[in-house]
Amino acid sequence: MVKKVIEKFEVEYLQVLDENGKVDEKLMPDLSKKQIKELYELMILMRTFDDKAFSLQRQGRIGTYIQFKGQEASQLGTAYALTDKDWMFPMYRSGGALIVRKHPMHMLLQYDGGDMWGLRTEKINNFPIAIPVGTQTPHAVGCAWASKLKNEKVVSLVYTGEGGTSRGDFHDALNFAGVNKVPCVIVVENNQYAISVPRKKQTAAETFAQKAIAYGIKGIQVDGNDIFAVYKAAKEAVDYARKGNGPTLIENVTYRLGDHSTSDDAKKYRSDKEVQEWMKKGPIIRFEKYMRANKLLDDKYKKEVAKKAKEKVEKEIKIYENLKNPDVEDMMKYTYEEMTDNLKEQFEELKNNIQ
Amino acid sequence: MPKMNIVEAVRAALRNELKKDKRVMVMGEDVGKNGGVFRCTDGLYNEFGSERLIDTPLSEPGIVSTAIGLAVNGMRPVAEIQFSGFIYGAFDQLVSHAAKIRSRSRGRYSCPLVVRAPFGGGIRALELHCESVETFFAHVPGLKVVIPSHPYDAKGLLISAIRDPDPVIFLEPMRVYRAIKEDVPDKEYTVPIGKAEIEQEGSDLTVISYGAMLKYTKEALEKSDYSIEIIDVRTISPLDTETIIKSVEKTGRCVIVNEAPKTCGFAAEIIARINEKAFFNLEAPIERVTGYDCAFPLAKLENYYLPDEKRILKAVNKVMSQ
Repeated sequence: MVKKVIEKFEVEYLQVLDENGKVDEKLMPDLSKKQIKELYELMILMRTFDDKAFSLQRQGRIGTYIQFKGQEASQLGTAYALTDKDWMFPMYRSGGALIVRKHPMHMLLQYDGGDMWGLRTEKINNFPIAIPVGTQTPHAVGCAWASKLKNEKVVSLVYTGEGGTSRGDFHDALNFAGVNKVPCVIVVENNQYAISVPRKKQTAAETFAQKAIAYGIKGIQVDGNDIFAVYKAAKEAVDYARKGNGPTLIENVTYRLGDHSTSDDAKKYRSDKEVQEWMKKGPIIRFEKYMRANKLLDDKYKKEVAKKAKEKVEKEIKIYENLKNPDVEDMMKYTYEEMTDNLKEQFEELKNNIQ
Repeated sequence: MPKMNIVEAVRAALRNELKKDKRVMVMGEDVGKNGGVFRCTDGLYNEFGSERLIDTPLSEPGIVSTAIGLAVNGMRPVAEIQFSGFIYGAFDQLVSHAAKIRSRSRGRYSCPLVVRAPFGGGIRALELHCESVETFFAHVPGLKVVIPSHPYDAKGLLISAIRDPDPVIFLEPMRVYRAIKEDVPDKEYTVPIGKAEIEQEGSDLTVISYGAMLKYTKEALEKSDYSIEIIDVRTISPLDTETIIKSVEKTGRCVIVNEAPKTCGFAAEIIARINEKAFFNLEAPIERVTGYDCAFPLAKLENYYLPDEKRILKAVNKVMSQ
């Protein structure tokens, strides 16, 4: 009889920019000053949009809105690592990533305002956001598999929350990704809560990153509020996938500063103190500290960026509020490539009913 | 012209499409080296290799969900679910995603995916190996549901399904996989999705069925002296209402045979459409002969569950006597 250790595993954690705005230069990703400023401007735009969209919901100008406040670095750093030809599979909280991926902000509002046309992207390969939890993860794996079969150097990246890791779909995704060694990056945005259920109740595992180990793929845990760490991990995973080395699971440890949705009240299940603690560790504060210390940001520039972001968002709101309502026909027209006889008949009936 | 059974016809369709279109790939459990538990993919692995005939991990939701991603990104995956009773795990993916991708992206993306599964009872199989699942999928806008009952149609319909721009659930009648042999051309041809077939012309009564039940219905009706028009539905969704209505307008009487449970079985939908469009042509109430509203029984009781000659003729005589 033999009893011995046959494998040992390690889980890496990555932080480049700490809460005080200090970076570890050895770990700093390759980013020009121009790119760092671009990242900052995008982050402010994301936050500005998110805050504004929240108040639009409160004013009744859009329907339910899902805030991503607090998760800007997590979404920006990952989406920024992709090229336009790469695929992104967003979830309902991925509004920030969609902004980075050039999805017009007025279209995000259009969807939240009740018009499916808001999900249609042009040119760039963004998939419509997933509403069920975790089910989008294997789509990215299948999509990446297709890229591999077609010999394209294209990567698929997908977002899920830590709640989504409890779904079978998530495990199918990791398993199929590993077995077929597909060019895919799976990002778990661990924002500590699935509506009201805390992270500890989703899994007994110490990290979500370690779930990669069981499927024979790479996994890493990242400080999800650190833009440099997120970008570095994502860029390495994307490059690794593009070179044909296979998938990576990235766990971004972050925090949902807002409610689950505009229909939720997080005060019922978490304390103000906890939220305040995470506020201090937020992605924007530390980024600004870093930039100020490195002479990339002063009060004037900060004000300018805030003003520009506000103007951009206001402009997008105007576009949204001047959009025409969708054609009634649209609800049937895209069911199949061609309307079936049955649908054509029902469409005639519908037209008669609304006359 | 070669004689083929349904298994061979399915294989011929797959071979045709694998040869013709490099985007086509077959994926599922045991579909590769083993050639499928019913031998539908026998020999294809050697012919087309491991990148086109893929033995996947053993997970039906995994097969369907990754096939969705493959389809969205330009491939033409044909996913095999080993038995229709195992399809339930993939239901969420089919209903929430495959069926809605075109609509949710307002036409930017589509999901040209085929999910093949043997279905129905009568082979003395294990539990959950005999499920009739067609109505679940017929209820989902965005999916098409195709059910061949003959080898000729199996080949032509499967080729159509693979070329279809939308997701198709292709249910193969397991009980008659090898029970019918008929001429199937070697050359490529298609049978259109959404068109029913008049299996036999008649003037007294219309009998409608599909899948394995069609063969047993037809055999039962040979014992009847009435002039019976038999319709093979072939596509459950979208349903060819016109062929059904024309026939019922002619005969004024109708019996529908399906082996799925009675409540909300597909016969119910056919009856509703006849009521909407040909009620005043009816000479008698429509009868349906179906499975019962209970779990599909194990081998010793399955013959009591499945519609048989006695029940079919009883329904025919009842409709004709009114």
